[in-house]
Amino acid sequence: MTNAEKYDWAFMEALELTEDQLGPELTFESVETWDSVGHMGLIAELEDAFDIMMETDDIIDFSSYSEGRRTLAANYGVEF
Amino acid sequence: MDPDGVAMMDGTEKMSFNAVGELADTICAHVPSRSLVFLVATNTIPSVVGYLGFLAHGIVPLMLRPETSIEQFRELVAAYNPSFLWMPKPYADNILEAHEPAINLFESRGYALVSTGCGQVPIHPDLAMLITTSGSTGTPKYVRLSYQNVASNAESIANYQGITSSDRAITSLPLSYTYGISIINSHILRGASLVLTDETIMSRTFWNLLKRYGATNFGGVPYTYQMLERLRFSRMDLPTLRFISQAGGRLGERLQKVFGEACAEKGIDFYVMYGQTEATARMSWLPPQNVLKKLGSIGIAIPGGRFELRDVSDALIEVPGVDGELIYVGPNVSMGYAESAADLMLGDERGGILHTGDVARRDEDGYYYVVGRIKRFLKMFGNRVNLDELEAIFAQRGQTIACVGSDDHMVVYATEGDANELRLSIASFTKLHPSAFDVRIVDELPRMASGKMDYAALERLC
Repeated sequence: MTNAEKYDWAFMEALELTEDQLGPELTFESVETWDSVGHMGLIAELEDAFDIMMETDDIIDFSSYSEGRRTLAANYGVEF
Repeated sequence: MDPDGVAMMDGTEKMSFNAVGELADTICAHVPSRSLVFLVATNTIPSVVGYLGFLAHGIVPLMLRPETSIEQFRELVAAYNPSFLWMPKPYADNILEAHEPAINLFESRGYALVSTGCGQVPIHPDLAMLITTSGSTGTPKYVRLSYQNVASNAESIANYQGITSSDRAITSLPLSYTYGISIINSHILRGASLVLTDETIMSRTFWNLLKRYGATNFGGVPYTYQMLERLRFSRMDLPTLRFISQAGGRLGERLQKVFGEACAEKGIDFYVMYGQTEATARMSWLPPQNVLKKLGSIGIAIPGGRFELRDVSDALIEVPGVDGELIYVGPNVSMGYAESAADLMLGDERGGILHTGDVARRDEDGYYYVVGRIKRFLKMFGNRVNLDELEAIFAQRGQTIACVGSDDHMVVYATEGDANELRLSIASFTKLHPSAFDVRIVDELPRMASGKMDYAALERLC
């Protein structure tokens, strides 16, 4: 799996989404499953998928599908 | 208490004790004493000031979750006949449109006071307020709390947590929930202040408010602590924090140790506590200096209360290490339940004694440990879900299900239907996140000779 595929898979697993729901419109609380409970699951999936430990600020500021990609690329060396 | 000092603040406004009193008086000027008011409870200035004003003026609030659907709201109105509603304006507009005799009496800061046109139902003189048992299955069952219940529990909590006027709590729990209310009550009692927000600890706004206003404490349910661990609480720099508290279900020994150690290092007191809505909120606390010595313990009874353990024949258990039903005796034990307006005239039905439904034991030092439950409940993200009730509701809809599992993870067995559809349906009904439910379709549900569901066999399948 490429990093982009891993990233998408984590969203689909943790937030119970289909591929067509992923994209720049997907933001925190824009779908029912991405609430604070879903957010913890999503962070756990991403940390497992990329074998990283995210910082507090990065977890809190992870507010959209696009923002998350930027954060992983900038702070955790994940190349997309 | 300094009357010009800040009593509460939210993201946009700070309000002094004097101003809180004035706004409360203004709201309550429209509402006769001993009226029943439905309060859609949020952690905002108008909601909290309304709540405090109602209590001070002998007006009885029924605390509603802001997630209450219009259908549930209608059912509750039909059951209780409230004379007034105090609620966010969009919610009120909905009601005003649908209900002809309703009149908008007053508005402040996004909240509206609505007169329903229902006559005033008779209410027992001791009744202070009505709170739900944090269940999310949507029955109209509410706990009746007296003025003595509310005052005595606030006093106990303020006492063992050493709350003073320099304390400042930030809200991290809903105001419709007994634990959230108890934090408000114990702070107001001591002239301490409140930072009001409905943002969760997962949001940047929450931490900004905590830092900007120098909050000294907050509370959390076990799920809050799971999130805090993931947020690397141990590495956070929170110099103003004096204590944090935990209740609303079993934290688990691992997390108790993690937070006991992190707090010891930061010089923060960590209070592990136990309670039920039926006891206003709090029944026990674990003194912070013992949090690492007594892993898994709910601690000791709060000031003014005491515990007893009784065996199946109702005999008092005197020796340590023996399991029995946990009984609590104290002035904060509620008057009883209400399911409709007719019940609001009922007096105290419990006489200060609460059968908790929990099985517990006591160690040699007098510390208590909850080891199980007599009835079948799970705590799901702080909500108490009655498994028997959930099964009964789905049975009414023609779907036989059997629910087991552990807190925050319910396993549901069924013999027919699509597992994922059923899972989403249960999630939507309970208003809980679908990830909490694991639905399994099996050929047959194990039953005992009597025909009753064999839950022990189902637990073994999990």
